[in-house]
Amino acid sequence: MKELVIISGKGGTGKTSVTASLAVLAENAVLADCDVDAADLHLILEPAASEQGEFKSGQLATIDEDSCIACGQCEAVCRFGAVTKADNTYRIDPLGCEGCKTCEIVCPANAISMRENICGKWYISKTRCGTMVHAALKPGSENSGKLVSLVRKKAREQAEKSGTSMIIVDGPPGIGCPVIASIGGASMVMIVTEPTQSGLHDLKRVIGLAAHFKVPACACINKYDINEDLSYSIEKFCNNNGVEVLGKIPYDLNVTKSMLKKKSIVEYSDGDSSAEIRNIWTAIKLKLRN
Amino acid sequence: MIKIVVGSGKGGTGKTTVSLGLSLSLAENKMPVQYIDCDVEEPNAHLFFKEAEFQKRDVEVLVPEIDKAQCNFCEECAKFCAYNALAIFPNTALVFNEMCHSCGGCKIVCPQGAISEVKRKIGEIHTAIANNKVQISYGKLNVGETQSPPLIRAVKKEIADKNIAIIDAPPGTACPFVETIRHGDFCLLVTEPTPFGLHDLKTAVEVVSLIGVPFGVLINRSDIGDSSVEEFCSNEKIPVLMKIPNDRNIAVAYSNGMPITEADPKYKLEFMELHRKIYERVGNHKR
Repeated sequence: MKELVIISGKGGTGKTSVTASLAVLAENAVLADCDVDAADLHLILEPAASEQGEFKSGQLATIDEDSCIACGQCEAVCRFGAVTKADNTYRIDPLGCEGCKTCEIVCPANAISMRENICGKWYISKTRCGTMVHAALKPGSENSGKLVSLVRKKAREQAEKSGTSMIIVDGPPGIGCPVIASIGGASMVMIVTEPTQSGLHDLKRVIGLAAHFKVPACACINKYDINEDLSYSIEKFCNNNGVEVLGKIPYDLNVTKSMLKKKSIVEYSDGDSSAEIRNIWTAIKLKLRN
Repeated sequence: MIKIVVGSGKGGTGKTTVSLGLSLSLAENKMPVQYIDCDVEEPNAHLFFKEAEFQKRDVEVLVPEIDKAQCNFCEECAKFCAYNALAIFPNTALVFNEMCHSCGGCKIVCPQGAISEVKRKIGEIHTAIANNKVQISYGKLNVGETQSPPLIRAVKKEIADKNIAIIDAPPGTACPFVETIRHGDFCLLVTEPTPFGLHDLKTAVEVVSLIGVPFGVLINRSDIGDSSVEEFCSNEKIPVLMKIPNDRNIAVAYSNGMPITEADPKYKLEFMELHRKIYERVGNHKR
């Protein structure tokens, strides 16, 4: 089984648009949206959920106001600034609490208890391109990395069940915890970058991340004609670092138009950008075979 | 003085473009501005200040160190740790630094007093006075590191009370964004008029409302999509404070590390007007 993860470092370079096109071209891959706090792939693939569940992770502290003796020891030990005091009443700010339980153990009045934290929902759905596993992190929640791991695990189960040999994962931006959870143990990552100083800077960091976790990486340059000089520098940097550039997609306003029609660009138009994405897909298949 | 967080939900909508436009326009009008880049996984604003000489310093977190001579392998610490950062075997005690959230709880529960805390570097803060005007600070998380919130907290500590702080937030709406926006005075949500932009804007609005920070919307590339973002804002009574039409020249300038106010100086006035609107709203909120 092959697992391809689409990442970018910098946000908004076109991960999801490229992923949606690859999903269509793959015809019957299992799809996973691991950008759980800004999940957008479902807006193009219009999944119908056949199975869903709650994602619970970690705990949150609460203070029982009647038992609290306002000694302030919880506030003193909390390193997340999650204990707040107003009118001599201590409260937990659920947005700051990381569920470590340290306040619970130091409280001399046993006024603090931990409750389970519901962080989001996961779905297994049918789409026109095959099965899709996706999730919605409760806005502001923690543990997006654990939700990503859950989505990937369920995608693998679906692939095994249906005898599908390919999983395509839409990854999150950045290089932090959800990205690390998305790429660990994958067959290959494809980095969608753009020819901007920011794109190049972020590309370097995300190539470093893939190398750190020993995941093979390839890349494609989106909107390459916005700055052809920089596109050339990016290609050179990639080649020098063993990252093959599989294609260069031109700037194309049809990409936005296709999005408005809930279609991937390869379904919407036969222009240059679609042709290039088809070439990229052929190159990906070849790379994954070797 | 005032802390303005520029966030978005969706990545790549123009947070850095807008944050730069705002800070440079304010600085040119002799207002004390600080640029705080909290996108510590992929900080970019410094690429627009090519001349600036940055001073850097390490940011460290505390992680447990177990003194094997005192440890009796009772497992109390491992049982307590909410993040599975400790593993105790009959004769070995292991600490997984990357999993640790530095809560300090294991040290308190250890009955043997075998745990002490040591510093571990997770990233750096870089600071410079750019163009003699804007003080810029950004956090840079080490590659392979998962814990961005402690670094974000450290970067926010660079804010001086007397300044207008323009805080460039990380994309998304999970814990790094929440850490960035906590204690902010206003949140400007930068979006684009597309289904992706609208969807992620709705999520961002949910978080910002939950935190209780007043907010408004800026629609970037305002003519590339449809009217659904404006309809959403009008139905939800969310103020649309500024619109920037799609302009290939701005995109090309950005690609070369040139701020929008240099590519098209007419935006300086528009950003001053944006700041005035924000200031007014923060004033109303505080009263």
